Amino acid sequence: MVLEPVGRRGRRGRGARRRGTLGTVVAAVLGLGLVTACAPGSDGDKPASKAPAAVSTDVAKAGNVTLTVWDQEIQGGQRKQIETLNARFQARYPNVKINRVARSFTDLQKTLRLALSGDDPPDVVQANQGYAAMGQVVKGGLLLPLDSYDQVYGWKKRYPKGLTDLNSVTPDGTSIGGGKLYGVSLNGEIVGIYYNKDKLAKIGIQPPKTWAEFEQALGTAKSKGELPLAFGNLEKLPAMQMYGVIQDQTAGKEAVRNLVFGKSGSWTDQPNVQAAQKLADWAEQGYLTKDANAIKWDDTPVNFAKGQGVFMVGGTWWAADLKDKLGDKVGFMLPPPAQAGGAPVTMGGESLPFSITAKSRHPDVAAAYINFITSPEAMDVSVETGNLPALAPPSRQPDGTVMKEIAAAWAELSKSDGITPYIDYATPNLADTFGGPLQRLLAGKATPQQALGDAQKDYAEFLKKK
Amino acid sequence: MTPAKDDSRSGRPPGEPRSIGWLYVLPALLVYAAFLLWPLVRGFWFSLYEWDGISTGTWAGLSNYTKTLTDPSLRGAFGHALILIVFYAVIPCLIAFVLVGAVSRTRIRGLAFFRTVLFLPQVVAMVAVAVAWQWVYSPDGPVNSVLRGLHRLGLPDWSRGWLGDFTFALPAVGLIGTWVEIGLAMVLFLAGVQKIPRELYEAARIDGAGPVREFLAVTLPGLRRELAVALTLTVAAALRNFDLIFVTTKGGPGEETKVPAYEVYNRAFNTGEVGLACAIGITLAALIFLLTAGISRLAEGRGA
Repeated sequence: MVLEPVGRRGRRGRGARRRGTLGTVVAAVLGLGLVTACAPGSDGDKPASKAPAAVSTDVAKAGNVTLTVWDQEIQGGQRKQIETLNARFQARYPNVKINRVARSFTDLQKTLRLALSGDDPPDVVQANQGYAAMGQVVKGGLLLPLDSYDQVYGWKKRYPKGLTDLNSVTPDGTSIGGGKLYGVSLNGEIVGIYYNKDKLAKIGIQPPKTWAEFEQALGTAKSKGELPLAFGNLEKLPAMQMYGVIQDQTAGKEAVRNLVFGKSGSWTDQPNVQAAQKLADWAEQGYLTKDANAIKWDDTPVNFAKGQGVFMVGGTWWAADLKDKLGDKVGFMLPPPAQAGGAPVTMGGESLPFSITAKSRHPDVAAAYINFITSPEAMDVSVETGNLPALAPPSRQPDGTVMKEIAAAWAELSKSDGITPYIDYATPNLADTFGGPLQRLLAGKATPQQALGDAQKDYAEFLKKK
Repeated sequence: MTPAKDDSRSGRPPGEPRSIGWLYVLPALLVYAAFLLWPLVRGFWFSLYEWDGISTGTWAGLSNYTKTLTDPSLRGAFGHALILIVFYAVIPCLIAFVLVGAVSRTRIRGLAFFRTVLFLPQVVAMVAVAVAWQWVYSPDGPVNSVLRGLHRLGLPDWSRGWLGDFTFALPAVGLIGTWVEIGLAMVLFLAGVQKIPRELYEAARIDGAGPVREFLAVTLPGLRRELAVALTLTVAAALRNFDLIFVTTKGGPGEETKVPAYEVYNRAFNTGEVGLACAIGITLAALIFLLTAGISRLAEGRGA
């Protein structure tokens, strides 16, 4: 920033020479750049997994080890869960010290890439499922394939295939569900519908049994002066979850799965457009919180607990907090099926998997840690701390109505295979390329066709690159 | 590296050999090269690749730059940055001029106090500013409370979720910038006004100049350099605005408040387009350089 070039005119005679020297410096710096100028990034070597026989499961023999673990379990119940498990692991193996680094979900996603590509990455990390996170770091060779550890610890036998598939990806990062196992998750996740029992009683209706009844209930709530659906969408992701839940009803589970994992279908297919139309209708009829685009996601359950909203679409990760605030007044149900008694379908899966980094110096200890925090004992801890364990806990039963309802819903979905993946797994950009247009849709500034056209454009580009 | 004396006639400054000058600047130059020139070169180099930040990049030539200039979403981001210049630079300077014009005519008691208060936004961390304003603009925040109060008095209902509104989100963010930058411009101008000889004002008044005439004939020309500094700082602040957008809107609603600096972060860390992020960054740097160079030229060109 040259604010005051002094005596510009008088210097003209020497300008050329000065530029000459400056030019040399610039050229030297540039030259230096070009000397080291190979393509950026690692050479993409894939870490080799060792033979199962070489895996040591005896943590006590590993000597003094500091295991650095990056997780995003910072919300109430999940924090208690991981703190309990860490404490128990360290008590069992006094030679291991766990250095826990806790970040919020978004912060962890942003920093993970840089941390993993460094020379001294953490030993265990939570890398989100999907092409944007796990797909890319696996492609870069930054995570250790867990197959040989799996043969020792038997995770694939412990977990249903649907869940281990979500944490599996081909080594080139292009196909989720195939390839090798790269992580193991602790908790199950369902996006369902919470309801405020007092409000339902006040407007005189029962929890809806079919999707049509649910929509009727929204209308009844509105006409009785209640806010039908609590909703906050400043971050764009909430609308994608709401859309996903509706899409599961209009398009069905197979179509959604194929679409998200890039196997078949288009975002502009009629049932997908129909789902967006439904969302737009709800917004227009005033079923959603006013100015939802200006309200933070995390404030949605807070407002709901304060009595704003008869229903709220939300994940099971909010259950522990809602139970604390509303007690038995909050209920949880799966999106009701088209016909009463039919099989419900909704979005969900499992919490972020714990993975071992390729450059970890203690992969055996890391694997033992992952095995410990996903053991049957850990599932009990999950229930004790108010979470939804991915696997049925051996000896604990959930406490409180809402937790019981959630456990029952998880069991029902597992039985009927009714879980569809989060739609933002589909492409790395979808939160922007579809989340943005959904905000426009909610504000009445885009038609369903436009919003899904935007999503499809990004999706087609991504598939082409794959 | 500006030599103090003009040497166009002698060809050389007397006394010392010129190359030793490099030795004097070496320590600073090393730091500058390590933390500014080197990253700039690397950034430019990355911008020529398609790279996800992890695996090996592939050569992309100038395609990242073509995308920066043609992609509607990215062009929109640059457009928003230009609109923010109005809120960050033009409006604060105008308001500061009015305030300074008033101050320069009369003696105000407690001037130091007002100056401190006006400068305070500059001292507070931008993230804290953003969090506070997010609350101010929130659907149940003070702005909407006041507007609802007015509505009860019979005016139309103007309350809305400002940061989630497609029309008003960008101006709402811009006004935060105005609030922050007024103090800077004001303090610079106040310092400048004190340099202007009182005689000029007296002369103007004897000649019968009113406040407007006096401002145009005496204050404004006297503040030319301060104006250049204020514009340079505020325009740069407008263009590299990131923290405010990141905290208040994340670029939404839709893409209404996307700005280039936010996109640099978004593309590098969220979507894994590091090459494109570098191209946006380099383009943004070039734009800031051009604009600030233009400002300093404008400020010294006239009447020099």
